[in-house]
Amino acid sequence: MKSLLRNTVLAMAAPLLLATGQARAALELNMPRGVTEITREVYGLHMLIFWICVAIGVVVFGAMIWSLIYHRHSKGAKPAQFHESTTVEIAWTLVPFLILIGMAIPAAGTLIKIEDASDADMSIKVTGYQWMWEYEYLDHDVQFFSRLDEATNQARQLKSGIDPTSVDNYLRDVDKYVVVPVDQKVRLLLASNDVIHAWWVPELSGKKDAIPGFINEMWFKAEKTGIYRGQCAELCGRGHGYMPIVVKVVTESEFEAWVNEQGGSMTTDAAEQAASGTQVASAGTTATDAAVDAPADSAAADEGEGQSSEPVQVADAGDAPADGTSEGAAGLSMDDLMAQGKKVYDGQCAACHQVDGSGMAAAGFPAMKGSPVATGDLAEHIDQILNGKGAMPPYKDTLSDEEIAAVITYERNAFGNETGDIIQPADIADAR
Amino acid sequence: MSEAHAHDHHDDHHHGPEPGIMRWIKTTNHKDLGTLYMWFSFTMFMIGGMMALVIRAELFQPGLQFVDPGFFNSMTTMHALVMIFGGVMPGFVGLANWMVPMMIGASDLALPRINNWGFWILPFAFTLLLSTLFVDGGAPAAGWTMYPPLVLQSGDSLPLLIFAVHMMGVSSITGAINIVVTILNMRAPGMTLLKMPLFVWTWLITAYLLIAVMPVLAGAVTMLLTDRYFGTSFFSAAGGGDPVMFQHIFWFFGHPEVYIMILPAFGIISMIIPVFARKTLFGYDSMVYATASIAFLSFIVWAHHMFTVGMPVAAELFFMFATMLIAVPTGVKVFNWVATMWKGSMSFETPMLFALAFVFLFTIGGFSGLMLAIVPADFQYHDSYFVVAHFHYVLVPGAVFSIMAGVYFWLPKWTGHMYDEKLGKLHFWLSTIFVNVTFFPQHFSGLAGMPRRIPDYATQFAEFNMISSIGAFGFGFSQLILLFVVIKCIRGGQPATGRVWEGARGLEWSIPSPAPYHSFETPPDVPDSEVTSAQEQHA
Ligand code: HEC
Ligand SMILES: [Cu+2]
Ligand SMILES: [Cu+2]
Repeated sequence: MKSLLRNTVLAMAAPLLLATGQARAALELNMPRGVTEITREVYGLHMLIFWICVAIGVVVFGAMIWSLIYHRHSKGAKPAQFHESTTVEIAWTLVPFLILIGMAIPAAGTLIKIEDASDADMSIKVTGYQWMWEYEYLDHDVQFFSRLDEATNQARQLKSGIDPTSVDNYLRDVDKYVVVPVDQKVRLLLASNDVIHAWWVPELSGKKDAIPGFINEMWFKAEKTGIYRGQCAELCGRGHGYMPIVVKVVTESEFEAWVNEQGGSMTTDAAEQAASGTQVASAGTTATDAAVDAPADSAAADEGEGQSSEPVQVADAGDAPADGTSEGAAGLSMDDLMAQGKKVYDGQCAACHQVDGSGMAAAGFPAMKGSPVATGDLAEHIDQILNGKGAMPPYKDTLSDEEIAAVITYERNAFGNETGDIIQPADIADAR
Repeated sequence: MSEAHAHDHHDDHHHGPEPGIMRWIKTTNHKDLGTLYMWFSFTMFMIGGMMALVIRAELFQPGLQFVDPGFFNSMTTMHALVMIFGGVMPGFVGLANWMVPMMIGASDLALPRINNWGFWILPFAFTLLLSTLFVDGGAPAAGWTMYPPLVLQSGDSLPLLIFAVHMMGVSSITGAINIVVTILNMRAPGMTLLKMPLFVWTWLITAYLLIAVMPVLAGAVTMLLTDRYFGTSFFSAAGGGDPVMFQHIFWFFGHPEVYIMILPAFGIISMIIPVFARKTLFGYDSMVYATASIAFLSFIVWAHHMFTVGMPVAAELFFMFATMLIAVPTGVKVFNWVATMWKGSMSFETPMLFALAFVFLFTIGGFSGLMLAIVPADFQYHDSYFVVAHFHYVLVPGAVFSIMAGVYFWLPKWTGHMYDEKLGKLHFWLSTIFVNVTFFPQHFSGLAGMPRRIPDYATQFAEFNMISSIGAFGFGFSQLILLFVVIKCIRGGQPATGRVWEGARGLEWSIPSPAPYHSFETPPDVPDSEVTSAQEQHA
């Protein structure tokens, strides 16, 4: 309420506000220049066309305003008789045409540069999911999912009562950043698991669609270390507003450290490429094929965390419980499973089934509370989570055994579903 | 003229409208149907407007305050469908119904029963569409562009949406055929093609566009239907299809569709400016040729809506150049309007005010359109609020303002009364101010990186969204003034003369106001003094 009041006042003072700026983020008015050669060039094109439009506008609107002032009936203006002039018509067909050519030439030049993704130093396969991103570093054997961070996820719920301005980088933070080295040409291969998404970080590049069944290509070469944020740009369903992208550009050595931390390796291939910078395109392509064929078998291992290099507000986000490996664990306690299960549920399932398990009948999302599946046959329940059903996505590739065990335990014992069942990661491994 | 006049009165006695509600259900009269179309269009503007206000209320500040994200998506989707197919298109058809026969000296449209049918399909189509708000899974939420695979995740609304689109298509096509047949066959002797008023010209070309592309849309949505229910895989890569193909087909319809919504507007503006500048339209011929070239170009630019899907560079270059080319004929139109005003003797009644605002604000939308054509920059603009600002500038102070300008311009001819000029001006100023408050800041939020179709946003976009929401509510409520002015004008007011406006020329102004039920029972002469194209100088 207080913030509403404050905002209303702010809005009233909007024009003033534009001039003064204020406590929150600085008011952005224009396209960012970005930190790559291409984004700067695009910014230049944008401004060039903008000023051309302004110039044409000044002439056209100027003439019009002049008429509005001086050629008024009320001032006794007598209408002139002319209504045609071939010369004039030809002139104002040709002049704009020439101006357009002047715009088209630099635009074409930049476009051709943008579309040249050859000679990349490294490749990352980016897969869109409803609603998160998966990143596979094809040259480094690193793979992970990147989801909306937990603090935002709490605040973004309908009537959450949490003031978004109190959350750092509200809607623009994720649990796991994409880390890339500075000054290297990073090629992204975009794919999708379900519907069309689009990957967009304005300071690094324009956007490109991630389309199911196809692989799209884009690239960027960041010239400055730092953290750059963006989000999915193509309508992809209920969670479209909730799949941000955060890219952390680091130095070469920091990148290496990060890769090692992730359990990946600076492959000889990659090292050679970094040195020679050639022949990458074909290497990248084969790597892609391999990545498409091989299921995400390294997923569980990669969950073994590497958050320490990330800023504090993510440290407590979501993934903390995954510190024990699921392999052959003797058995987790009900409390542990319930605690982790709630996290997974709130993060993954609540978007459809709601935090309180009441579902959304109108949208076809069944309630978990008293659900025949969540209180009935366990095998069916596990199967539903692993393989999905109808509009519900499968989770076998995106959640670990432990996470699935936890969320199932949680569903079977929360919301008044008192089955008392405890499901262990091993049960899930068996069901896979 | 006096002869025609006498005839009309004679007709009035014999076959005037049927009394009661059956008049409206059974009517085959172009004026009655025009009226029905206009009221239908207004109702849809109100419904679509309320949806817009739900959107703007949710976006008033960051955080999710009122609606679920799924419902938010339904609102953006339904808002667009209702406004495009229910508001703008029927609005223009209503104006064509009323004015085209009068302008060319015909007694009615060529196919009056088809005309009745074309209208009465619409209430059913929109009942079907709006009923999806209550079905399992909620209303369509995949955007008005209906891209698969997302749209295939819809609940029970999908078949209803598809059949509603089919019905709208049938309605548009019947309307379009009717207009083509009427214009080509029923012009009064002496009304050669190049003497036709520009509103008639632009509608003739629009009608051809409709006939060309509505079946394409129908085909695209039918393919969605079979993909969902009959096991085909047109748009599913898993079955050998291609989701991007849908986008190509959709925009092959979609780009001409945007000209379907703007060419008649060009026509209306070209009618109004000369009247209030008391000067013949500058460059009539070039206006006609420009309209025709825009229509032609509209078929070869569709992929500029989908530059980010990943096309070959050659294709991107082609679509960029073709799109930029459209700026040439569009520029010619704007220059001609300005040249018409130049050294005129202008007065500023409400229709003229709306027409002038159109020229200013549509041109701004045109500029942002030109910017969007530049592919490298489009990679940044695409699917951001910059695009939202662009198309609302060409659609609201563009298409919608032209409809309002037309309503004020012709209302005295329809009702026989002058509308309340003071209220009309109030409506104009509030609309114009609020439309800019609403949409101008969206350029900024888009450039700063806010994607479209999101229910909630990062806090750096808060200021612009709040301003935008305030503008939207102001704009929405200002439209009640229009409703009031129209009702007041229907019920009474200062009697209008046949000519209505001092500078008015054309057959429609040569008959009394209100226009008799059958305007021209026998084809009138077309005196040079009533020709707006300045062809008389050639003759
Ligand atoms: C995209 C929305 C969505 C998400 C996210 C989602 N579900 Fe579902 N879920 C559904 C839908 C839709 C169904 C009904 C499927 C059907 O029967 O066709 C469903 C059904 C279920 C059922 C069976 C309920 C019943 O009574 O039939 C269970 C159990 C379930 N989901 C658990 C989960 C869990 C656990 C998660 C998180 C890991 C999850 N869901 C995430 C949409 C979702
Ligand atoms: Cu997405
Ligand atoms: Cu277009």
